[in-house]
Amino acid sequence: MDFRFEIIKEYAPYLVQGTAYTIGLSLAGIFIGTFLGLFIGLGKMMKNKFLSWPFICYIAFFRGTPLFVQILLIHFGLVPLFTGETNPILAAILALSLNSAAYIAEIFRAGVQSIDKGQMEGARSLGLTHVQAMRYVILPQATKRMIPPLGNEFIVLIKESSIAAIIAAPELMYWSRAEAGQYFRVWEPYLTAALIYLILTLSLSLVLNLLERKLATE
Amino acid sequence: MIKVTNLKKSFGNHEVLKDINVDVKPQEVVVVIGPSGSGKSTFLRCINMLETITDGKVYIENVDITDEKTNINKIRTEVGMVFQHFNLFSHKTVLENIMLAPLKVRKLEKEKTRLKAIELLRKVGLADKANAYPNSLSGGQKQRVAIARALAMVPKILLFDEPTSALDPEMVGEVLEVMKKLAREGMTMVVVTHEMGFAREVGDRVIFMDEGYIVEENTPNELFGGPRHQRTKAFLSKVL
Repeated sequence: MDFRFEIIKEYAPYLVQGTAYTIGLSLAGIFIGTFLGLFIGLGKMMKNKFLSWPFICYIAFFRGTPLFVQILLIHFGLVPLFTGETNPILAAILALSLNSAAYIAEIFRAGVQSIDKGQMEGARSLGLTHVQAMRYVILPQATKRMIPPLGNEFIVLIKESSIAAIIAAPELMYWSRAEAGQYFRVWEPYLTAALIYLILTLSLSLVLNLLERKLATE
Repeated sequence: MIKVTNLKKSFGNHEVLKDINVDVKPQEVVVVIGPSGSGKSTFLRCINMLETITDGKVYIENVDITDEKTNINKIRTEVGMVFQHFNLFSHKTVLENIMLAPLKVRKLEKEKTRLKAIELLRKVGLADKANAYPNSLSGGQKQRVAIARALAMVPKILLFDEPTSALDPEMVGEVLEVMKKLAREGMTMVVVTHEMGFAREVGDRVIFMDEGYIVEENTPNELFGGPRHQRTKAFLSKVL
């Protein structure tokens, strides 16, 4: 098997640009997804069934259908419907954020509900309101427990951003496929892509491990 | 000080409290005893509305706490509670546990609150544990911190829900000592417990509950010395 490094070298500027887009899409997905996810998680935890129902449906849809289908629906359906034209970057960010929000909502809910109910009772018995008890007692403890599953979700998100290639968002996989198509080569483009994804995901898990260790008091 | 009339509480179809009537006077120490499942903890939790009340009224200093217009958070600042499982905030140090409610609910000044917290820790004999986390404490120490935390709000009433039931036997004494001290200082207390010695020594009145009813109530001497009801006799013969 010969390995033609010159192909990788030729595509290097595009791979750098593609990696930048991959990082950008992932970060956007992480931030928007986390923000939306907290909101949806709180929504699902509401006691009133009519109010929590839309959030339950949202999570059911985005967890129960493939991201592949979602990104096509958003790219060819939703985005043109609102802006009149297609926009792969916008569609990719939307799909990744909306999809990860559903998972993050469940992580958030599980984190909050994993805190012993005595903590809430202890806080309420001292006269704290429900909101104060959440803010000062429940959420600080829940956040710590949410870091490992959140880290997992962020890593999944980085990898799944590769699906944006099929709507021609110019990220890493898009350029790797272009490289593969131009030279009819398999190993060079896809091994390079795999290595870059690996660097990204390993760096993220390193950061999260450090954060987890810093927050550990128990 | 506490007045409970015709209190009923059901969980689904299961009626746990059936027509409870109790009056607690200022500075009185009322001890509630009874077999498990008799509803004594539920009764206690109804006094500060940790349980929603199915029917009947609970008055704290003549304020009807079952009234929707009553601000229950305000009432709870006057009615402290000590739990069987301590319920200390595990992400906060001992000092932070005690200071949280005075700072956030009473909006007191930080330095004054800190000094008050240290004074309370001294009172329960744990001044050296101010910066420890709850997980590093023994059960008895945790419960004493929990008592200090409740006292930090300067409550008029303290409720104790089986405060020594989760403790190793050798830790029970140190918690009961603190409770006796509070009783001597004139704190109004309602104590659910299995510690008959404590009931006899500290209680002004003992209430025996069974199957959701108050079967018998009397001074400790009368109740332990000559129980009138068959069920009280049967219970006491098992625990004494």
